[in-house]
Amino acid sequence: MMSSFAIEIGLAVAGVLLLAIDAFTVHLNRRLVPWLAIGASIMTLVLLLTSAGGPPPWAESFYTNDGLAQFYKVLSVVATLVVLVMSLESDAVLTYYSTSEGSKARIGEFYALPLIICAGMMWMASARDLIAVFVPLELVTITFYVLVAFTRRSAMSLEAGVKYLILGALSTGILVYGMAWLYGATGTLTFEGLSKAVANPEVSRTALLFGAALVLAGLGFKVGAAPFHFWIPDVYQGAPTPVTGFLSVASKAAGFVVLTRVIESFTATGSVIGVAVQSALLASAVLTILLGSLPAIFQTSLKRLMAYSSISHAGFLLLALACAGSPRFGLSSSGLVAFYLATYLPMTMLGFLVICLLRSQGVGDELKDLTGLAKRQPGMAFALTVALASMAGLPLTAGFMGKMLVFMAAVDAGHYTALALAVVGAAAGFYYYFRPILAVYSYAETEGEKLTWTPLAKVTTILLIAGIVVLGVYPKALTKVLTASKAVAVAK
Amino acid sequence: MSLLIPIILIPLLAAMSIGAGLPAKTVGRGAALLNLALLALAFFNKANLAHSIAILDSPSISFAVGADGLSLALAALTCVVTLAAVWQITNPQPIFTIATLLISGGALGAFLCTDLFFIYAFHELALIPTLIMIAVHGNGDASRRRSIAWKITVYLGVGSLILLAGLAALVLNLSPSTGLTFDLAALMAAAKAAPLAAPTQALIFFTLLVGFGTLVSLFPFHSWAAPAYAAAPTPIAMMHAGVLKKFGLYGLIKIALPLLPLGAQADWVQQALLWMIVGNIIIIGLVTIHQDRLDTMLGNSSVMHMGYLFLAIAAGNHVALTGAVVLMIAHGLSIALSFAICGKMRNQLGTLEFAKLGGLAENAPFLAVMFGFATFASIGLPGLANFAGEVLIFLGSFNTGIRDGLKPIHWVTIAGLWGVVMSAVYMLRAYRSLFFGKATQGHFMSDPSSDQRLPLLLLVIALVVIGCCPSLITDLIPNLSK
Repeated sequence: MMSSFAIEIGLAVAGVLLLAIDAFTVHLNRRLVPWLAIGASIMTLVLLLTSAGGPPPWAESFYTNDGLAQFYKVLSVVATLVVLVMSLESDAVLTYYSTSEGSKARIGEFYALPLIICAGMMWMASARDLIAVFVPLELVTITFYVLVAFTRRSAMSLEAGVKYLILGALSTGILVYGMAWLYGATGTLTFEGLSKAVANPEVSRTALLFGAALVLAGLGFKVGAAPFHFWIPDVYQGAPTPVTGFLSVASKAAGFVVLTRVIESFTATGSVIGVAVQSALLASAVLTILLGSLPAIFQTSLKRLMAYSSISHAGFLLLALACAGSPRFGLSSSGLVAFYLATYLPMTMLGFLVICLLRSQGVGDELKDLTGLAKRQPGMAFALTVALASMAGLPLTAGFMGKMLVFMAAVDAGHYTALALAVVGAAAGFYYYFRPILAVYSYAETEGEKLTWTPLAKVTTILLIAGIVVLGVYPKALTKVLTASKAVAVAK
Repeated sequence: MSLLIPIILIPLLAAMSIGAGLPAKTVGRGAALLNLALLALAFFNKANLAHSIAILDSPSISFAVGADGLSLALAALTCVVTLAAVWQITNPQPIFTIATLLISGGALGAFLCTDLFFIYAFHELALIPTLIMIAVHGNGDASRRRSIAWKITVYLGVGSLILLAGLAALVLNLSPSTGLTFDLAALMAAAKAAPLAAPTQALIFFTLLVGFGTLVSLFPFHSWAAPAYAAAPTPIAMMHAGVLKKFGLYGLIKIALPLLPLGAQADWVQQALLWMIVGNIIIIGLVTIHQDRLDTMLGNSSVMHMGYLFLAIAAGNHVALTGAVVLMIAHGLSIALSFAICGKMRNQLGTLEFAKLGGLAENAPFLAVMFGFATFASIGLPGLANFAGEVLIFLGSFNTGIRDGLKPIHWVTIAGLWGVVMSAVYMLRAYRSLFFGKATQGHFMSDPSSDQRLPLLLLVIALVVIGCCPSLITDLIPNLSK
C-alpha cells in the first residue's frame, strides 16, 4: 500500500523531471512533455483511488489523510488533468505569446509546472497545522506567479502577473503575521491545539481575534472572498485561459480546504471567538455573492464574466461554510463545501475549455465574438450552454443541486437575511449567464467559418458534460462517497 | 419500469438526437405520436405507473414518477398540444422542433413526477429554449422582441425562485424530524398527521400563490404574458399558453391546496386572491377588448381566462376544482388552436391588424371554420370543452355558503360572469373583422395544405369530444376538496 505522502512526492518529482527533460533533451522529445504530464496525472489519480494509505509515523504530527483530504486530492488531480488538456488545446496560442517571433521553441515547462502545483495542493489538503499549510501554499502560489505571467508577449498577461505577484505576496504576509499572533496567543499551530486553545478562558481573546482576523483575511485573498476579491477580474482575464481555469477551480478548492479546517478549529465547541468568526464569515459570504453577481451583469467579455462568476461562487461556498449542519440535514458544512466544489469543477472547467477551444481558432472571448457560434460549431455551443446553465443554477444540472443544498442549509441554520441577499445574487445570474447563451444562438451578421475540434477536446467535453448532468440528477453518486468518509460525515 | 419514464424521456431524447443531426420533421412527429400512444397505454394501465429511484438520501430526493387522474389529464393535454405544435412547424430550422420538444418533455416531467424537486426542476427546462426562440426567432422588431424575451425570462426566473422558496419552506416545515424529504406523499402524510399552524400555512400558501401565480400570469404579475405570446414563434406560443401555463395551476391544486388547506382559507390570503382575480378578469378583459391585433388580443385573452381558474382555487371545493381541471384542458386546446391559426395567418398575410384585414373566409373557408371553433370555445359555448369547465367553476364558487348571504367570493363570481360577455365581445369582433365583411386589398389568405390541416383538426376534435362528454375528464379527477 502506497502512502498518499509518497504519491505527492512522486508527482512533484515527476514535475521536476519533466522540467529537466524539457531543458536538456532535443526538440523531438519535448513534444512528449505534455503527454508525459498527462500520463503522470492519470497515474497519480489511479494510485490515489486504489491505494492511498496513511502517512508514515514521522509525518503524523503535521499530515493527515482523512476523508476530506482524500476528496480534495482527487479534485486537485482531476482539475490538473483538465488544465493539461486545455493547455494542449491552446498550445499554439500559448507558444505564440510566450516565445519570440519566429522561434521554434516549445513550451514544455508550461506542462510541468501544473504537476508541481498539484502536488502542493494535495499536500495542503492534508495539512494538520498552519506551517504545513504555509509551505505548500507558497509552493503553489509561487508556481502560479510563473504561470499567470507566462505568455509574456501579451501585455495583459504581464499586468495580471504583476498584480497577482504583489497581492499574493501581500496576502501571504498577512497570513504569516496572523499565524504569528495565533502562535503568540496560544503557543500552538496545530489545528487540534488551536481548537482546544480557543475554548481555554486563559487565552487572550483580543489576541486570538486579531490573529484569526489576519489569517482569515490572508486566506480570503487566496479564495477571492470579499472584500479581498478585487484582484480576481484583472488576473483571471489576463492570465492564459488554462491558468485561469486552474486558478479558479483548483486554487480555490485548495484555499477552501484550508479554510474549512481553520474555521472548524476557530468555531470548536466552547470557542470564545466562534460567534465573531461565524458572523464575519456570513457577512463576507453575502458581500462576496453580491459583489460577484452584480458587476457581472455589465461584463462584455466572457472570460471576465467567468471571473465575476467565480467570485460569486466563492460567496456561496462561504455561505455553506457559515452553516453548521443540523442532524436533519445530510451534509455537514465541510461536506457541503466539498459537494459544491465538486459541482463547481466540471461547469467552470467546461466554460474555460470552450473559451480555450475558441481562442485557439481565433475567436475572441467578447460576447459579440460568440454571436452565431451555434451555426459554426453546434457541439461547442451546446457545451457552453450546459456550462452556463449549470453556473446559473438551472435545475437538472450540478449547479442547481449545489445552490439548492446551500440555500436549504442556510434556512436550516436560520440565516434568513443572508439567504434573501444570496437569492438576489442567484436571480441576477439568470440574466448574466443567459446573455452569452443568447449570443451563441443568435444570427451573426457575417457567418464565420466552421470550427473544428480535436478528439481529445471532444472526449473531455463529453466527460465534463456528463459530470454536470450526473451531479445534477444523481448527486447520490458523490454524497455516498462524502458521507462514507469520516471527516465529511453527516452531522448526526 | 414505469411507462411514465419513457414518456418523459422520449421528447428530450428526440430533441437531443435532432440536435445531433437527425431529420427534425420525421423525428419530431414520430416522437410526438409515440408519446401520445404510450400515454394512451398508460391510461389503460394505471395500476403500475409509480416508480421511484432515490437520487439523494439526505435530504431525501427521488426521481419518482406516478400519476393520478389529474396528472394524466394534463399529460394528455401536453401530448395532444405537442403533436399539433410539432406537426404545424413549417420552418426548416431544426431548432423549432428541438425547442418544442424540450418544453414538452419538461412539462411532462413536471406533471408526472411526484417529488417536489423534479416537479420544480422539469418546469425550468423551458427557460432557455423560450429565451432563445423569442429573442432570435420571434416575430416583430428585433430589439423589441429581445426585450420581450428578457422580460419573460426574468419574470419566470424570479417567479420560480419565489416558488422554490415556498417549496423549500414546505419541505423544511413539514418534513419529519428524522430527515428532510421532497416526496409529495410523505409530506402529505405529515401535513395530515400534524398540520402546520394557520398563520404559517397562510404565509407559505401566499408565497406559493405568488410563485406559481407568476408562471400562470396572475394579475399583477401578468405583464410578461401577452407580449411574449405575441412575439413567440407559433409552436412556442402554443406550448407556453396551451401547456406550460397550466403548470402553476397544477402546482396549486396538487401541492398548495392539499398541503396547506388552512392557508388557502386565511382571510387575508382570500381577500388578496379575490382582488387579483378581479384584476385578471375585469381589467385584463377590458385591456383585451382594446387590442387592435389578433396576436396580442389572444395573448391577453389567455391571461384573462386564468382568472376563472384562480376563482376555482379561491373557492377550493370539489365542483369548482373539477371545473378548473376541465377548463385547464379546454383552454389549453383552444388557445393552442387559436395560436396555430394565428401563426398561419401571420406567415401569409404579414400583418394581424384588424383594421387592415377582412373577408378572409372567402378564400380560406377551412381556416374560417377552425377559427370559428376557437372563437366559440373561448367564449364558452355549450358543446365545446370550455363550457363544461366554466359552468362547473361558477357553480362551485357560488356554492361556498351562499345561503348565508353574498360574500366577497360571490360578488367576484358575479363580476366574473361579465367576463364571459367580454370574451364574446372581443372574440366575435375579431372573427367578424378578420373573416367576414369586405376583403381588403393586398392581403390574400388561402387554406393550408391537407398536411397542415391535421393539427388544427386534432385540436378541434379534442375540444368537441370533451365538450360533449366532459365526464371523460371529470371521472378521472380524484376528490379534490379537502
